[in-house]
Amino acid sequence: MAKLVKGMVYLPLILLAALICFPIFFAISGVVMSNWELKEYLGPVLGGMDGMASWSLFPKSPTLQSLIEVLMDSPQFFVMFWNSIKISLCILAGQTLFGVPAAWGLARFSFPGRNAVLTLYIVLMLMPFQVLMLPQYLVLNGAGLLDTHWAVILPAVFSTFPVFIMYRFFSSIPEEILEAARIDGAGSLRIFLHVGIPLGAAGIVSSGILGFLESWNMIEQPMTFLKTKSLWPLSLFLPEIGLADVGVGFAAAILMLVPALLIFLSGQEYLEQGIAAAALKG
Amino acid sequence: MMVRKAIKRETGFAGSGSAGRQIRQQKQQKSKKWKKSLAGIGFLLPGLAGVVYFTLLPYLEVIRRSFQSAVTSEWVGLKNYQEVFGNTAFRMAAWNTIRFTAICIPLLVCLSLVLAVVLQKLKFAKNFLKSSFLIPVAIPAASVVLVWKVLFHSNGLLNVVIQWFGGEGISWMNSNYAFLVLVISYLWKNLGYDMVLWMAGLSGISTEIYEAAHVDGAGEWSCFFKITLPNLKPSLYTISVLSFLNSFKVFREAWLVAGDYPNPSMYLLQHLYNNWFRDLSFDKIAATAVINGAVVFVLILLLRKAWDSNV
Repeated sequence: MAKLVKGMVYLPLILLAALICFPIFFAISGVVMSNWELKEYLGPVLGGMDGMASWSLFPKSPTLQSLIEVLMDSPQFFVMFWNSIKISLCILAGQTLFGVPAAWGLARFSFPGRNAVLTLYIVLMLMPFQVLMLPQYLVLNGAGLLDTHWAVILPAVFSTFPVFIMYRFFSSIPEEILEAARIDGAGSLRIFLHVGIPLGAAGIVSSGILGFLESWNMIEQPMTFLKTKSLWPLSLFLPEIGLADVGVGFAAAILMLVPALLIFLSGQEYLEQGIAAAALKG
Repeated sequence: MMVRKAIKRETGFAGSGSAGRQIRQQKQQKSKKWKKSLAGIGFLLPGLAGVVYFTLLPYLEVIRRSFQSAVTSEWVGLKNYQEVFGNTAFRMAAWNTIRFTAICIPLLVCLSLVLAVVLQKLKFAKNFLKSSFLIPVAIPAASVVLVWKVLFHSNGLLNVVIQWFGGEGISWMNSNYAFLVLVISYLWKNLGYDMVLWMAGLSGISTEIYEAAHVDGAGEWSCFFKITLPNLKPSLYTISVLSFLNSFKVFREAWLVAGDYPNPSMYLLQHLYNNWFRDLSFDKIAATAVINGAVVFVLILLLRKAWDSNV
């Protein structure tokens, strides 16, 4: 009896999990559906048909037609896809180059003003983009960077959230290890490169995964700072696809989803560590 | 200086003897310490310079501009602020944003706590369920626009379900129910994220306390209220703050589904910013950015204070 009650816990949990994952199943079944089937199901939503929409998670005659159409016949898609990749990778590289040393400096050294800087970083990391929108616009405008990819990349490179996550990881390295390296005669730079980075690698990976998901999903920044459509990332291109091209819409959505999902599945452990790094009191 | 004089008086020689050596050593240690903090600054500086250049300085500039006219750069005192507070669109957006945060954050924090506690106790399929709940963190908002549109259309799938249960279809996007669309999007996106945060807090509580309580005959519920909850208090602050931060991101889903001018019930401060930005009303944006920044700052401080005084 007790076992049965315990088993009952699973029912709502599995239902909830299915509900939460529904958008993925929906998108996957949509991408392998033929255009006529899509129109039949979604006609009432797309317009031109009465009644209610319906759906089937198992298409009657699965086809890769929409996917091929996007991959073969829409050069526009490739431009945007490449833009997204370029922006995300540049942001990641920049965050590593500037963020890792900054986090190390904050975590392992004491100097006047350190607490003030730490507070500044935490406050800035908690500010929503809209508060920083006009300030960043003014700088980018002054530097002549508006409507270039740098306008989206540079402010994100110097966002303080990744620094904070890596700071938490670097702080947890025991001081004795660093002291031992110091006694062996290693200088600050050597300790950073040969002790700090290897021992804090989990933090760097965690912050990288969170950073990638964030920049891959970026909408507000490109919307504000990029006017030229050929510079847009995928995230702005997708909403432009009308409901009339619903097949193309599904294919593009899936192609945008795949990299993020792959990163999630391969690095879930690090992702969780990165999320949790912010939770514990320090 | 004083020490040196004293030494001189005592020994007749400056800088010699054991006291002198001590001073030299102290000096060396001081320069070593100084060198070390210089290295720390060196690590920090490139990143900090970027933060100052791209965010801090321009934010100060925006504070200055919020007291100036956008066209003539004349000092106008609090005029911009008066204009913003008198603006009906601002009042509506601010009210919606406050209402949204006040409803969603407690809801999310409680739901995710329940989920974390339940999941923590599971033996079977724990990781599978955790992944399923966490997946929305990775799903780009743009990838699910279509799903959202099909779900929340008045002829859409959600209404199909409602009618199947005998209810009446709802015009989701064109009525006050649009607000509910925001709530659902936010919960969907953040439930797993907050759950992982709670689970980190839970894993910090030692199992010995529970074992001792069980020996004393405490039940599951009293364990939860007497051990789990008090021990999770430190996590509560960060989780609320992070949930608050993420609540601003729900704008993405709202904008993707409903565009620049959605139903008034889901018109958030972020819509207002964007629309003013398009009209180049920089003076109003400056004033709003200052107000908004100050509110976020004060809220964080208040939460921290409430939290500190309770520990």
